[in-house]
Amino acid sequence: MSDSLNQITQKRYRYSKKAKKEHKQAYLFVAPAVFVSAVFIGLAVLFVIYLSFHKVNLFKHTYSFLGLDNYARAIKDTTTRVAFKNTLTFSAIVVPTQTFLALVLASLLNSKIKGKMIFRAIYFLPTLTSSSALTLIFMFMFSVTGPINGFLIKMGWIDVGINFLENPAFALKVIMAMNIWSTIPFYMTLYLASLQDLPDSIYESAEIDGAGPVRKFFSITLPYLKPMTTYVLITGIIGTLQMFDQAYIFSNGSGGPANSTLTVSLMVYRYAFGTQNAMGFAATLAVMLAVVILLLSILSNKLNKSDSWY
Amino acid sequence: MNKRLSIGKVLLYTVLTITAGFTLYPFLWMISASLKPLKEVVGGQMSLFSENMSFDNYRYIFGRTSLFPRWFLNSLFVSVVGTTINIFVNTMAGYALSRLSFPGRNQIFYALLALMMIPGQVLLIPNYLIMHRLGMLDQYSSLIVPAMANIGNIIMMRQFYINFPKDVEEAASIDGLGRYGIFFKISMPLSKPIISTQAVFVFMGFWNEFTKPMLYIKTATKYTLTLGLQTFSSKDAGTMWHQVMAAATITVIPIIIIYLIFNKYFLVGVRMDGEK
Repeated sequence: MSDSLNQITQKRYRYSKKAKKEHKQAYLFVAPAVFVSAVFIGLAVLFVIYLSFHKVNLFKHTYSFLGLDNYARAIKDTTTRVAFKNTLTFSAIVVPTQTFLALVLASLLNSKIKGKMIFRAIYFLPTLTSSSALTLIFMFMFSVTGPINGFLIKMGWIDVGINFLENPAFALKVIMAMNIWSTIPFYMTLYLASLQDLPDSIYESAEIDGAGPVRKFFSITLPYLKPMTTYVLITGIIGTLQMFDQAYIFSNGSGGPANSTLTVSLMVYRYAFGTQNAMGFAATLAVMLAVVILLLSILSNKLNKSDSWY
Repeated sequence: MNKRLSIGKVLLYTVLTITAGFTLYPFLWMISASLKPLKEVVGGQMSLFSENMSFDNYRYIFGRTSLFPRWFLNSLFVSVVGTTINIFVNTMAGYALSRLSFPGRNQIFYALLALMMIPGQVLLIPNYLIMHRLGMLDQYSSLIVPAMANIGNIIMMRQFYINFPKDVEEAASIDGLGRYGIFFKISMPLSKPIISTQAVFVFMGFWNEFTKPMLYIKTATKYTLTLGLQTFSSKDAGTMWHQVMAAATITVIPIIIIYLIFNKYFLVGVRMDGEK
């Protein structure tokens, strides 16, 4: 008590009138941001953890404590396993592919280019477009009578159009293709922007030492781009593991055909807002997903830092 | 030497063009289908062009019975209001966290950094319940208020004001401007480029948002474009691909226009991200 009193008197001594005015301005300026973040992120996260231990009845507004029951149910539940398997498969294929292709393309294109503006505008198109519109475009392209089937038939590779959208063997793959296609150009632009700061003289001295293009790529380009690669990997992991819009639109919210596009986020939606009316269980799934995302992000950050390329 | 160089150039532009072609191809189909009648769109034809191209589909979606123009205005309203609020909230917070000294400054900064790590999907259920409690469901405010601040942009603004020259503000202070005058009349206008970068990405976020309107908005007249777009594809008579593609084209155009105008600010954003 005497300690805090001491502090107060000290502060009174330290803070002049001018400083107090500055405090007032500062609190006014941070207040809206702090309020919104505190309520819709801070409070929300505590709330979702609370919900994950409860059975929620929205109509009666009752929350009955279940302990770890929701978690036990999630671990045993076969649908949960399917959703996690779909989500992790999606991430495991999309993230490395998009990172690798973006990296290779960027290092190929790292030279003085004419018409840079036009190419960049084109490469940015998928980034600018909403997932809502992109998914519909891809659903059209891959529909039974769409251009992809038209092409395959014309080449004589198939006789009848494949129903990509309603075949469990293809549905998730179409979404994967769409994701890889739409993110490569953006990540490539990120890599290119980062490569602009790498001085040419390093490549030139490597050439004098007799390094070929492959050697230059592995010894100079790759190590130089490592911080960017960490960023691309982590944003990729965070984005793909939360994939919702595309799966929702693709399957009209069902996760079908045969649960093949059921991601964890879509399952959370279905249990929380669908007919199941199991908001507590859905909250449990959401918390589990967040933990997986956090762990994988930390892991990829660690892995990319540990091996010393420099 | 010269010859080798030109072969390299040819190869380079080939790769560039193929990548560009791959990227553009679905968009070309979108535009092509938006101009064709349904019969041809679903006819499995491979040609992007047809003799029967017209603006009929656009006329239909903008027709009198269509809600599409309303959705367009809804999206515009939410995006413009949301972006304007964001600019002030983020810039003020970034400024306070770098330029003003006050007790708890570091704690607030680290708390915001921690909150930024939380994945958005985990917040959907609690935010739905919070907004239900606040009576904000099915209101535009449900789309704007929770997205009023953006931590990533606050940190970007903080970074910017750390390097912002102090003597400009001091000179303004000598000229008799008060603390608030200095911020709103000097510091904020002088940071237009970085604010534009922020604005462009925030606007894009609002314009393209799908999950939140899908969860929060129930009345058809209050739909945003991303949500309205889906109603074309879930009609009983099968998907009206020609109209869907026309509607999709319209949703993409404003963002492309913004990109073309604010091109250089997009790149600043890219660089900023790259520095993380």
